[in-house]
Amino acid sequence: MATEVLMPALSPTMEEGTLAKWLVKEGDEVASGDILAEIETDKATMEFEAVDEGIIGKILIAEGTEGVKVNTPIAVLIEEGESADDVASAPAPAAEAPAAAAPAAAPVAAQPITSEDLSDPEIPEGTEMRSTTVREALRDAMAEEMRSDDTVFLMGEEVAEYQGAYKVSQGLLDEFGAKRVIDTPITEHGFAGLATGAAMGGLKPIVEFMTFNFAMQAIDHIINTAAKTRYMSGGQMTCPIVFRGPNGAAARVGAQHSQDYAAWYAQIPGLYVAMPYSAADAKGLMKTAIREETPVVFLENELLYGQSFEVPVMDDYAIPFGKARIWREGSDVTIVSFGIGMKYALEAADELAKEGISAEVIDLRTLRPIDYDTVIRSVQKTNRCITVEEGWPVASIGNHITAQIMERAFDYLDAPVINMTGKDVPMPYAANLEKLALVTTAEVVEAAKAVTYR
Amino acid sequence: MAARKSAPKKTAKSNTSKEELLEYYREMLLIRRFEEKSGQLYGMGLIGGFCHLYIGQEAVVVGLEAAAKEGDKRLTSYRDHGHMLACGMDPKGVMAELTGREGGYSRGKGGSMHMFSKEKHFYGGHGIVGAQVPIGTGLAFADKYLNNGGVTFAYFGDGAANQGQVYESFNMASLWELPVIYVIENNQYAMGTSLQRASSTPDIYTRGASFGIPGEAVDGMDVMAVKEAGERATEHCRSGKGPYILEMKTYRYRGHSMSDPAKYRTREEVQKVREERDAIEHVRELLLQGKHASEDDLKAIDKEIKAVVNDAAEFSKTSPEPALEELWTDIYA
Repeated sequence: MATEVLMPALSPTMEEGTLAKWLVKEGDEVASGDILAEIETDKATMEFEAVDEGIIGKILIAEGTEGVKVNTPIAVLIEEGESADDVASAPAPAAEAPAAAAPAAAPVAAQPITSEDLSDPEIPEGTEMRSTTVREALRDAMAEEMRSDDTVFLMGEEVAEYQGAYKVSQGLLDEFGAKRVIDTPITEHGFAGLATGAAMGGLKPIVEFMTFNFAMQAIDHIINTAAKTRYMSGGQMTCPIVFRGPNGAAARVGAQHSQDYAAWYAQIPGLYVAMPYSAADAKGLMKTAIREETPVVFLENELLYGQSFEVPVMDDYAIPFGKARIWREGSDVTIVSFGIGMKYALEAADELAKEGISAEVIDLRTLRPIDYDTVIRSVQKTNRCITVEEGWPVASIGNHITAQIMERAFDYLDAPVINMTGKDVPMPYAANLEKLALVTTAEVVEAAKAVTYR
Repeated sequence: MAARKSAPKKTAKSNTSKEELLEYYREMLLIRRFEEKSGQLYGMGLIGGFCHLYIGQEAVVVGLEAAAKEGDKRLTSYRDHGHMLACGMDPKGVMAELTGREGGYSRGKGGSMHMFSKEKHFYGGHGIVGAQVPIGTGLAFADKYLNNGGVTFAYFGDGAANQGQVYESFNMASLWELPVIYVIENNQYAMGTSLQRASSTPDIYTRGASFGIPGEAVDGMDVMAVKEAGERATEHCRSGKGPYILEMKTYRYRGHSMSDPAKYRTREEVQKVREERDAIEHVRELLLQGKHASEDDLKAIDKEIKAVVNDAAEFSKTSPEPALEELWTDIYA
């Protein structure tokens, strides 16, 4: 049967083009792969090949014609013995371009994920509380999960024989052996990709980055592979993996080693992002992270590793993602923070209390999902809010929290929300400048006074 | 250990039966016709975005699949339609993914470059050049960890062979003796840049030498040579000797993607390969000369394949677009 040859779309964006030149004439026999014509788009002149074999029955669009719309019949291909007039009422290829998705009525798109009714595991009365460093808590969480699931393994630079560049993996090699505690070469891009593949292949890797600064070499696999695989596979493939390591400024290590990635990773759908402050949260969130079927970016802090907190001695202390912890209740101002920012937030609350200002301090604990509800409820009570983080000010977590407060609690606000962040500069080396670049307790106190008009 | 170039293979006879030869013919033809149809649907606006056709390279995947065992894994770049068809994925599901429909392997959310099949152990479909190499190395890591005897075929092109992560992977795969076959599909052009203009050495199969990975160059237009090389490689991996490199000398007839102006090579060059080295023609001649099949037999196969491809195309047009709720699913567990 005669078929129409249609003006092809030769690029993702092409809508029309110029039929620059015919390389065949009526009556010519053509085979699949033969060049029929040259077509000029706004980007290039391209050759247009025949897909079917047949005879050029009729040329419908003369060469030199400009503005030929994609899918316009440009020639008729016939079989031997047919005439070009046999072309049936166009064989309905009219490419019913899929209807554009009807825009959803409400701006659902802006709906970030939130979790409801989550709470910490109940700590039974009389549970022993043990003073534990953040470092030990992280190690304990990994060890417990490795004991209960053989597919969990730890991989990274110096995690095994060296016992961890920051000693987080101390003792794990002895207990679990070299098969499960694996020293890698210095090859972040490679081992992050390898571990991501291992996760797709049925294992549950924990990848330690010596610091998250080096994870930038590997960020393609964290975002383009780990975070997106479930979606791109229509739910067939999962990638249960934890990327962990110290994040943010340490001390006097300069610009390339002092950066907070909280806002970077928190933006990525398909990832969970945890950033604990206390040892108990480090342990409980790490256990959840390892059990998750979703890839988790777990942001630790070198300066917190050695700090001790009370951790409940329990068999299974796993903390759900998406639930903030209220560290301190208050009535005058809400201070929202996470990670090492909590140190400044809590110190500031102490200072403010001395001056009669009652601050409520909220630790977000996870940045994806974020527990907006706890923040909003608090702001509805205090009517004032400041946020505290170490990262840079532009597109910070604080900016995002502020936007949520504005959308959901605008009428409750008695003052503009202030975002306390690190300064908008690369981290300097000089001790005095470094101090200036970081957010300080004094600045947080000042901001709290500003929003309470004191 | 040293890299070697395999001696030119006498393709006929070898260890291939008539039935196998017919099967290769059928599978290669399926890929070619499927890809031609994809090109057509792209031209009609039914397939959007980027679409990279595999025409010309069919012998590579068909030959290697013939060397694979049940449970082996494979993954590749964005030029992935041929790999999916060769490992037994349903042409309908693949085509419907190309058109972004509910019946596609990723329910329309992946597209041409991002498709997967857990059932057929096809791990993508990866859109970032070279990224599949460490991922494939990780699949092999998992196989070794789980001690399941599986081998992973990690396909990438001559262009991806210049990515740093490839060598990071080579190092770890060799260090940890992982059962992975790195299949370099050298189709001579990384998008529009020829190998001579992009590689300091003409032989990519030697690039594993400094990691102690054996490599060989294979005529990737000869399905039987490919299969035999695949058997050597899988045997190497399965016996615990670690990774292996196969450089498939092949050729892509069509552009890098659908929007390729083809200014970097001559029409004659393409035509010459089509006429002299075409993988499907080669098998067709063997079948006819060896009297394994008649012209009529082959015509019947052509017809059968055409029907399969037309069915796939039809399905890809009639399968509905994904439900709007699908926007929000498959992001989290």
